[in-house]
Amino acid sequence: MNFEHYENHDMITQMVRDFSEKEIRPHVMEWDEKQHFPVELFKKMGELGMMGVFVPVQYGGAGFGYFEYYTIVSEIAKVCGSIGLSVAAHNSLCTNHILMFGTDEQRKKWLPKLATAEWIGAWGLTETGTGSDAGGMNTTAVKDGDHWVLNGSKNFITHAISGDVAVVIVRTGEKGDSHGMSAFVIEKGTPGFSGGKKENKLGMRASETAGLFFDNCRVPNKNMLGKEGDGFVQAMKVLDGGRISIAALSIGIAKGALEASIKYSKEREQFGKPISQFQAIAFKLADMATEIEAAELLTLQAADMKNRGLKMTKESAIAKYYASEVSVRCANEAVQIFGGYGFTKDFPAEKYYRDCKLCTIGEGTSEIQKLVISREILK
Amino acid sequence: MNILVCISKAPDTTSKITFKDGDTKFNEDGVQFIVNPYDEWYALVRALELKEANGGKVTIISVGTADYEPIMRKALAIGADEAFRVDSEASDAYQVAAEIANYISSNSFDLVLTGKETINYNGSQVGGMIAAIIDSPYASHATKLEVNGSTAMVERDKQGGVEVLELTLPAVISAAKGMAEQRIPNMRGIMAARSKPLTVVPASVTETLTETIKFSLPPAKGDVKLVDPENMTELINLLHNEAKAI
Repeated sequence: MNFEHYENHDMITQMVRDFSEKEIRPHVMEWDEKQHFPVELFKKMGELGMMGVFVPVQYGGAGFGYFEYYTIVSEIAKVCGSIGLSVAAHNSLCTNHILMFGTDEQRKKWLPKLATAEWIGAWGLTETGTGSDAGGMNTTAVKDGDHWVLNGSKNFITHAISGDVAVVIVRTGEKGDSHGMSAFVIEKGTPGFSGGKKENKLGMRASETAGLFFDNCRVPNKNMLGKEGDGFVQAMKVLDGGRISIAALSIGIAKGALEASIKYSKEREQFGKPISQFQAIAFKLADMATEIEAAELLTLQAADMKNRGLKMTKESAIAKYYASEVSVRCANEAVQIFGGYGFTKDFPAEKYYRDCKLCTIGEGTSEIQKLVISREILK
Repeated sequence: MNILVCISKAPDTTSKITFKDGDTKFNEDGVQFIVNPYDEWYALVRALELKEANGGKVTIISVGTADYEPIMRKALAIGADEAFRVDSEASDAYQVAAEIANYISSNSFDLVLTGKETINYNGSQVGGMIAAIIDSPYASHATKLEVNGSTAMVERDKQGGVEVLELTLPAVISAAKGMAEQRIPNMRGIMAARSKPLTVVPASVTETLTETIKFSLPPAKGDVKLVDPENMTELINLLHNEAKAI
């Protein structure tokens, strides 16, 4: 594994920081309070190439790998977890699914629009009754001539309302058969396809989450990604990379919480000196820094393996599990360091505390990660 | 239109400033350098806008050692076409200006742009010195720059108003806030910057005109003074006589 910074690291870091400070930080609390999903911001990120990170240049993307992707998601999440989450969902779920399993014709049709954020992408696996048990899904697609007819709904889908295109995995075979599901691309405006009510969430409030509904929705054959029955296996491969997303998001939030805590503890004085000079606080900062660096190395390890095309199911699960738990611990300590002010919305700690919790749940809970890890080591 | 933009590095504004060698040199250890904002946000971006409108080429030049290259790559990522680094440990404004003037004398440009100053030394000297050495018109602290054929129209802020100047090209102009708006490089620019030419040319000027005797930090800020809300006379007195704010 190569621990050295990749060639463009400093420039991409600086670019994302400049962008986040200018375009995101001034609006963070307003978007959070109003649950506003800033569509225009994503268009600007599209112009800068942040919405098609993996997409090869020939399809209008940046053509980067997982190191660059890690930098982008974590740097945005330092400033706003919600925006980081939306960037992650667009890039690594929707766009990446089409990139990984689409034909050249399918790629040419959708990737240039997604890579520039002319279109925003959604990805649907979870249903009301199935989260961790994704294979037990009830939404079905039944073949009718050269179309498939979809019925059912998906739940907790990022960009379900504002998304212009969605990749959804639905049942095309027997329930309980991991080869009984298929993936389809559905464009907004397709009759019978609609977004539902926006969820009112604890955190990640500027990232839009809602249901997707299919009511006799007819989708042409040519919108199927890969072969019939491949959908679930494809989804699991997409999620292998997706775990790097959530690990990056977790680390960004944790770093944001640590930076805010360092700044505050140097300024806040009690008993005649800055609280950073009390070991009770300094040791908390030391633990946060140590855990963040460990999480970062685990995530870079998974990213490196992914870049080299190696199987990294275990490594990405370890990175996602550890980084998300670290994020929750760091945000918790940040609120504690800020004390009473940490409990108010005038200071940044409470938002990190609310946002980070999604990371131990989304794209596979910590418990599911432990299941994945244990299955891999018990093989 | 052939434009040369002079790019300097400057410490990130959050850097901790310390000195070495008996307080005669800035200690660069652990300091993160950025492109000097006046060079990047105004001079370079305006040069790119002029190129986009009129065609031509934007070349950047820096006078410094190899550690300048990351910030030069950033300028290339923002959109400059080509970069030249004069490999010099220049220690004063004259040395920098003389190197750039040397380069200009063997490569012709319609316009030479600099930032109005670097944010570390705040010297505001290099542009004027280049103009003097190459014997060209010069306008400093320009907040607006338009080019029409062989003339440049420049606006500068004056106390209570604006001064409008017309210069015959080729000319040297230093850029102040307002001339353009910061551009953030996109991913494609960052990728492209890797393959754009960055040529190193040997230094030719050894002469300096100044010698640094000593740097010192500004005095530490005093404590906050709390004034009783009832005691307005004291507040006015402090604002008037001590802070000299009113």
